[in-house]
Amino acid sequence: MHWLALIKPGDWLVIVLGVLLVGVSFPLFWQGGLADRAIVRQNGQVFAELDLRSKRQLEVPGPLGSTLIAIEPGRARVVADPGPRQYCVRQGWLMRPGEIAICAPNRVSLQITGRTKVYDSISY
Amino acid sequence: MTRSVIELKVTDEDRRIAWLATAAVGLSLVDAAIPSPLPGVKPGLANIITLIVLMRYGWATAVWVSGLRVLAGSLLLGYFLAPGFFLALTGTVFSLATLGIARHLPERWFGPVSLSIFAAFAHIGGQLLLARLWLIPHDGVFLLTPVFAAAALIFGTINGLIATKLLADLQSHPEPSPSA
Repeated sequence: MHWLALIKPGDWLVIVLGVLLVGVSFPLFWQGGLADRAIVRQNGQVFAELDLRSKRQLEVPGPLGSTLIAIEPGRARVVADPGPRQYCVRQGWLMRPGEIAICAPNRVSLQITGRTKVYDSISY
Repeated sequence: MTRSVIELKVTDEDRRIAWLATAAVGLSLVDAAIPSPLPGVKPGLANIITLIVLMRYGWATAVWVSGLRVLAGSLLLGYFLAPGFFLALTGTVFSLATLGIARHLPERWFGPVSLSIFAAFAHIGGQLLLARLWLIPHDGVFLLTPVFAAAALIFGTINGLIATKLLADLQSHPEPSPSA
């Protein structure tokens, strides 16, 4: 018996729906493409825009002291921050578009962007 | 001293479940031996047995066979009560629940292939949910969803086809006596 003869019409429907579901899931879960830029803000103003291609470090001055940011190919992180709770440091490496580490006490933020803009949330 | 006279009656149904569970455990071992590029992406060959049992002997027997397979398989492979055991258990519970609903689909239109795909999606869905809630409490887990979903579709379809073929072959042969 031929293999294709074993598939019933409803099965084809399920397979096609499954393929569509898988096809939709890729852009849905992997939106924004790859990380290619990091935006560093100080007090709400853009302090630096960096390409995530080469390795480098950046010091950002703030009211509490300086925040140290490390850039590596495809990722970036806050290495050191004078803030008391260290949330942004403990976030570790950011590598997806839309990810952001905020060092609120020192008013510094580090955000990753990709080719397309990613929204945190959308309301209609 | 009193002599214990507990006698366990072994029915044909018990023997059949034991045999089928053994076959399923055997396939789990084969499954575990196949190298996988990513933990979680596995053919799930034992599900072929689950499907055949479901179609031939009903849902309750399928639950027994799957449950025993997860238990015995984890004991043999040494991950009983480890995280992998709970992942396997959750996947099995989700796919059995889905099969319980999906088996009521009209048989004229939907065969084991549909059931297998539904079960595979439910399996990975349950596992991702458990992983997110317990093992890796971060949304990053869901990044792997498309890969897992694609694997579920491919292996679900293949297992479903194998089960359909075996069921068709079984139909042309009489059922062997389970009391061997």
